Amino acid sequence: MIEVELAIVGAGPAGLSAAIEARRAGAEVLLIDENSRPGGQLFKQIHKFFGSRAHKAGTRGMNIGTELLRESKELGIKTWLKGEVCGIEDGHKLWVVIDRNRSEFVKAKKIILATGATENAVSFPGWDLPGVMGAGAAQTMINVHRVLPGRKVIMLGSGNVGVIVAYQLLQAGAEVVAILEAAPKLGGYGVHTAKVARAGVPLYVSHTIKRAFGTDRVEAVEIVELDEQFKQITGTERTLEVDTICIATGLTPLTELAWLAGCKFNYIPALGGHLPIHDHKMRSTQPDIFIAGDISGIEEASTAMEEGRLAGINAACELGYITQEEAENRSREIWDSLNSLRSGYFGQKRRDSKDLMLQKGKEVIK
Amino acid sequence: MKESLKTTGAPSLEELRNSPGFPTREQLRKGPVAIIECIEEIPCNPCEASCPQGAITIGENITNLPKLDFEKCIACGMCIAACPGLAIYIKDYTYSETMALLSFPYEYYPLPQVGDTVQAVDRHGKYVCDAKVIRVRNPKSNDHTAIVTIEYPKEHFDEVVSIKRIVMP
Amino acid sequence: MNRIPNHPILDEEKPGKEVQIFVDGKPIMAREGEMIAAALIANGIYINRYTAHKHKPRGIYCAIGRCTDCIMTVDDVPNVRTCVTQVKEGMRITTQHGMGVWSEEGRND
Repeated sequence: MIEVELAIVGAGPAGLSAAIEARRAGAEVLLIDENSRPGGQLFKQIHKFFGSRAHKAGTRGMNIGTELLRESKELGIKTWLKGEVCGIEDGHKLWVVIDRNRSEFVKAKKIILATGATENAVSFPGWDLPGVMGAGAAQTMINVHRVLPGRKVIMLGSGNVGVIVAYQLLQAGAEVVAILEAAPKLGGYGVHTAKVARAGVPLYVSHTIKRAFGTDRVEAVEIVELDEQFKQITGTERTLEVDTICIATGLTPLTELAWLAGCKFNYIPALGGHLPIHDHKMRSTQPDIFIAGDISGIEEASTAMEEGRLAGINAACELGYITQEEAENRSREIWDSLNSLRSGYFGQKRRDSKDLMLQKGKEVIK
Repeated sequence: MKESLKTTGAPSLEELRNSPGFPTREQLRKGPVAIIECIEEIPCNPCEASCPQGAITIGENITNLPKLDFEKCIACGMCIAACPGLAIYIKDYTYSETMALLSFPYEYYPLPQVGDTVQAVDRHGKYVCDAKVIRVRNPKSNDHTAIVTIEYPKEHFDEVVSIKRIVMP
Repeated sequence: MNRIPNHPILDEEKPGKEVQIFVDGKPIMAREGEMIAAALIANGIYINRYTAHKHKPRGIYCAIGRCTDCIMTVDDVPNVRTCVTQVKEGMRITTQHGMGVWSEEGRND
């Protein structure tokens, strides 16, 4: 059994930011990640981020990742890679399987869960063929592993993930045959859709995939128009030749550890479904467990980093490394920054949903 | 709703003309000027700080639309690569008797070469006319957002915004 | 054949050391340290396994170790997630059928 002050599960943007804040304050931190390399999904984000200067706007996600790793290294943050947290007991004890062959137990005074999210799937006949994959999977292949999983791609879903990955597939040398959106209007930022539109990629609203064809691999896709009730309109089917179908229909938070730990949940569809209840310090209903990033609601890396900082600062405060006053002041600044990211046409809904969550947190967490 | 942007992916000229970053016809015909095709409230403001003339204003609320002061803009192009959305370019109607100039962001491989004849496209990627590459800049400070300058016939001044990707042989 | 040597943002690839691995007995070249699934795609191999009941082919789906669609038998150990397992010189990888078979060599209990 290893004892630490603060254990953080997940070394993505939220976990790394939390670790950096807590370590800088003086806390003893153990950062655990199941991958062979820290950074989570930041290194496949090769586009320039939005936001303001404080959110590192204009910097490519992968470079923000490099920066976070440099900081965590400078601070000497202890990191376990290839460490899968498979269990959580008594709200303090983690069961970690290292390198798939050895168990370690970690007893932590405070725990931050920054486990991220996983891509949603959509089923249609043929959806299990090789060549049907998450948009994030294609993004990992082209930007991290530098291999093209296909040459002719169709994208299902026009949210930011769908349009950004479509653009990055073009950058990697693939052809994007179309982007489909089931809703009557496109989901992603207009600047992203405009970028792929002027690259000649057709975007079809009120459309979905009816089926995929192929024997060993996707060979073609049949698309169909949808009416206002999202019902397929017979007679509008069209077949397009593709070898890859990318699914970009949202993400689901990875909440298993929070369930295991006995955290209470709240259902907020706009943020990805069942989420551990948290307060403005990112505390869950379990007294010594904090959450940050996509596990607390699906958003973006920029918000995940801010939430990670909140969790790190407040965990360090509870461990006695930061005064209550300082933690509150710094938290307030971070909330201002989060609120500026959660505003406007795209952000307001997330802001409102977060407010609901915080309201719930206020009622339940003492 | 911004009908064209939200159903086809690209804004219509009308939608653009109603935004504070898009010059009027008169301003466009006066000389080289930046054009900002950012018509949705998204949380983003690097363009504001990138402008050495202080011609772009977003303000305290970072979801405000960028406003361009056309009197202050000297068409230096610093904003082109600063925009994470690749939504800013520069056009010059007064370039020559018959030709206009366009400088736009380009993030594909390979880059076009000076002197190449390329295919100019509209906001939907549709071929409009041939264009000639005048300049290609890709300084380190742009972090891989190259800026390509083309000349193209003036009669297509408004439609042309980019070029067809050059596909490797 | 499916590698991306040049890229507008990621610059020219600096390939690592080449290693030889075996897929269903056939040698292919991979890059040291890369994930098995990436090495297979680089070599034009898209099927990782066949399902237990309907014997349908499966390829990568999530590519980050969550979905287990890309599992194969690696050095006699079945159900290895190839998208998060790095190649090693001489590795023997086989297309998995159903739950796979544990051989004596693969046991480490």
